[in-house]
Amino acid sequence: MSMNFEPTSEAEAADIIRQAAAHAVPLAITGGGTRSGLGNSVRAERGLSTRRLSGILSYNPAEMTMSARAGTPMREIEAALAGNRQMLAFEPMDHRGVMGTSGEPTIGGVFAANVSGPRRITAGAARDHLLGIRFINGSGEAIKSGGRVMKNVTGLDLVKLLCGSHGTLGLLTEVTFKVLPLPPAAATIVAFGLDDAQAAAAMAHALAMPVEVSGAAHLTESVRYRFVGTSHPEGAATVLRLEGLPASVAVRAEKLKAAFAQVAPATVLDHEATEKLWRDIRDVKPYADGTQKPLWRVSVAPTAGHQLVAALRLQTGVDAFYDWQGGLVWLRMEADAESEMLRRFIKGIGGGHATLVRASDAVRAATPAFEPEPAPVAALSVRLKEKFDPKGIFNPGKMG
Amino acid sequence: MPETIAFLEPKPSVLARRQQIVEDLADILPPGCLISEKRGLVPFETDAFIAYRQVPLAVALPETTAQVAAVLKYCSRYGIPVVPRGAGTSLSGGAIPQSDAVVIGLSKMSRILDVDFANRTATVQAGVTNINISEAVSADGFFYAPDPSSQLACTIGGNIGMNSGGAHCLKYGVTTNNLLGVKMVLFDGTVIELGGKALDAPGYDLLGLVCGSEGQLGIVTEATVRLLAKPEGSRPVLFGFMSSEEAGSCVAEVIGSGIIPVAIEFMDKPAIGICEAFAQAGYPMDVEALLIVEVEGSEAEMEAMLASIIAIARRHGVATIRESQSAAQAALIWKGRKSAFGATGRIADYICMDGTVPLGQLSYVLKKTSEIIDSYGLRVANVFHAGDGNMHPLILYNINDPEDAARAEAAGNDILKLCVDAGGCLTGEHGVGIEKRDLMLHQFEQVDLNQQMAARAAFDPQWIMNPSKVFPLEGRPAA
Ligand SMILES: Cc1cc2nc3c(=O)[nH]c(=O)nc-3n(C[C@H](O)[C@H](O)[C@@H](O)COP(=O)(O)OP(=O)(O)OC[C@H]3O[C@@H](n4cnc5c(N)ncnc54)[C@H](O)[C@@H]3O)c2cc1C
Ligand SMILES: Cc1cc2nc3c(=O)[nH]c(=O)nc-3n(C[C@H](O)[C@H](O)[C@H](O)COP(=O)(O)OP(=O)(O)OC[C@H]3O[C@@H](n4cnc5c(N)ncnc54)[C@H](O)[C@@H]3O)c2cc1C
Repeated sequence: MSMNFEPTSEAEAADIIRQAAAHAVPLAITGGGTRSGLGNSVRAERGLSTRRLSGILSYNPAEMTMSARAGTPMREIEAALAGNRQMLAFEPMDHRGVMGTSGEPTIGGVFAANVSGPRRITAGAARDHLLGIRFINGSGEAIKSGGRVMKNVTGLDLVKLLCGSHGTLGLLTEVTFKVLPLPPAAATIVAFGLDDAQAAAAMAHALAMPVEVSGAAHLTESVRYRFVGTSHPEGAATVLRLEGLPASVAVRAEKLKAAFAQVAPATVLDHEATEKLWRDIRDVKPYADGTQKPLWRVSVAPTAGHQLVAALRLQTGVDAFYDWQGGLVWLRMEADAESEMLRRFIKGIGGGHATLVRASDAVRAATPAFEPEPAPVAALSVRLKEKFDPKGIFNPGKMG
Repeated sequence: MPETIAFLEPKPSVLARRQQIVEDLADILPPGCLISEKRGLVPFETDAFIAYRQVPLAVALPETTAQVAAVLKYCSRYGIPVVPRGAGTSLSGGAIPQSDAVVIGLSKMSRILDVDFANRTATVQAGVTNINISEAVSADGFFYAPDPSSQLACTIGGNIGMNSGGAHCLKYGVTTNNLLGVKMVLFDGTVIELGGKALDAPGYDLLGLVCGSEGQLGIVTEATVRLLAKPEGSRPVLFGFMSSEEAGSCVAEVIGSGIIPVAIEFMDKPAIGICEAFAQAGYPMDVEALLIVEVEGSEAEMEAMLASIIAIARRHGVATIRESQSAAQAALIWKGRKSAFGATGRIADYICMDGTVPLGQLSYVLKKTSEIIDSYGLRVANVFHAGDGNMHPLILYNINDPEDAARAEAAGNDILKLCVDAGGCLTGEHGVGIEKRDLMLHQFEQVDLNQQMAARAAFDPQWIMNPSKVFPLEGRPAA
């Protein structure tokens, strides 16, 4: 890339895009560039950064909404929220650890990649919290969709479509999203020594109880020391998070612990330890290892995750742990990326998808980062892309 | 004179081939799955937006996805408009046919296909009613969260069409937040599957786009939805206020304080009277406004949350607080609320507005609404989902008096514009349909609508799917 465009206003960004469209100049869209290694490599001549489209536009804690320019650093958003004891309930991950990048992740990048963490199982994904957007399409037109109210079915939901489109349909310039109060109390129940299949059953059981589990992960034996240290019993750690009012968390923790004590030695982590543990799970700490070993993010039905890993273990060197009740599998391949085998096995256990989050440049060049879609859905996606970016200038190749 | 809502001009080429189309459809569908006699078609001429009616060309009632695909393939080949239909409870005219259209009704596809408690999902055919899902899983301790008041009748396909909400969506989200996957048929008969039992899907969020698309992107034939564990207990509590403004500001402060109950429903005096007469739920009759606040969890949790809410309500001058004394009374309280529209319909004709506003604007919009209603010499009952700012003024009028009807429609338009101007939107859960179609330019610029219509055209390049709805008839792309 010879040079980055860094517009300072939506109008300027629109001009740049209109020019680029007129001359068919492909653009690589970046926020903080902390996840630029995600997805396929972009074939673009020029970069278009939101770095200078920055700043919180409005924050109304009582209405629990915030609007910000897309390039606003996450640090700034999180600080403003923390000042009012509020948070982004979907717990976006910080990719810098696993990807070995530096720089400042942006709120636009988070929504463009629909980045969602452990609370996904109850609070929803980034897309469930995004209320409204402004974006510039590939013809350089500024478009708005959604708004700032909690319920809105006025017209087609382009908000959801743009969320997770990885900068291939439009340049987000403003995002308006829902925020939630920080839970005043939190605790984690840890059960030790369950194997992956037992853990899957235990997590399913916990989520069927009326205790409102807000995080359910299984930290396999090989990684658990990176999360909960050595002062606890041996073996894998199955962790369940509870959040809410102090008295209520205490009561629910007792119930859950009692249910678990029947199958495994169990303990309870306090609020502080809980916050650290789930941040580490969110950021995939054991695989923030400074290596280029292929790292996959696999999303399947919760009870299928462990079946997939068991099948892979028979064939190849793989390390794994589970979030989302077992439905989100973080897989680190010891050598080859094994994309063909992985995707075949995913079909075999009832479907889902795998995204290559990290790998060496050579492996990335040879491996489609996203799960290929069935032909009719892929055709639909191509038609949609044409309707938003007729000249194909946004992040060419990223999702294709 | 009343400005009436127009439908697209019927296609003469389609009307002229009516007999042929009916014969062809009869060949495509099994016996008993096609209605073409006038008498049989009349029940399909409107939905719950009863002021408008159009008898369709024919009604197809397929039993399988393959039959839906065959009908769509046929209709797209000849450019015949198609209107998908669930139970026809749309309040915005989303399911009203047009005279050159084939209605595809999903009522025969009403089976629950799979219930998976370990993954907490249910996969159902699109014609299953909303309540059926919760009933099917209740004994095992689960429920399906979005609960439109019409849940006894409305279908999951219609819920997806409108991205429907309900009283308990304050905590659990609306349809789009609880939908994991669909099987659907595109305009040309292509069958696709989006999502599944995993929490997210690869590629663009097509599921998010389809949810709330009002039957314009295709016909959903199966859906996989998220089930939740039922709470240990739940309790509705009634808070009566001497003014709507006090009730409105109480709602804003409860939410602003970080407490999120499962539901906060609002009724004004006329609505209280109507619902109490219907349900005898023990609503206080001497107050101007009533909030139904539901909390859930263990006994201790409910107590703690209620204590905080009561403290806030006191600061806003609450006049009456009544906790439900038994499960039976709790059920009556909800029966009264959920029957509000039906009960209103017994005393007058009504149109139901659905604008959503930021919570800080609730009191202001309530006050302005009553001014608008007064200025037209009409009556209104307000009963709505206050916790998320989703207002439902029911404008009462006489459907047989054209002038009254025109006044009601005009007042409704003014109220919806007020909601948009207050920072909100035209519709929170009922959809645009035909009702709000011509107001879309009050909320959007033409360029915004053009982008939506372009996305629509990626799914249905011929514009045969429910084509009279959502987008103003002017400003559409040339066919
Ligand atoms: C293939 C892939 C898979 C991913 N999977 C996961 C996952 O499983 N879990 C997870 O938590 N996160 C995932 N992400 C995360 C995501 O890319 C980052 O989290 C992002 O949010 C970092 O912010 P940033 O500002 O540094 O973004 P960048 O690294 O600069 O950009 C991230 C992506 O968003 C686009 N983008 C950035 N800003 C804008 C904007 N204003 N408008 C339009 N597009 C924009 C970029 O083109 C790029 O595609 C994934 C990303 C990719 C590409
Ligand atoms: C008394 C009453 C109370 C109500 N309360 C609420 C409430 O609390 N919350 C709320 O959100 N709504 C409410 N509604 C509105 C209405 O019930 C909802 O919009 C409901 O989801 C419609 O479902 P239906 O099966 O009746 O769909 P229909 O009315 O038949 O259709 C609705 C729309 O979806 C499309 N559609 C239907 N089936 C499919 C399919 N299979 N595939 C694709 N598109 C399809 C139709 O074309 C139409 O555009 C209420 C209505 C009434 C009459």
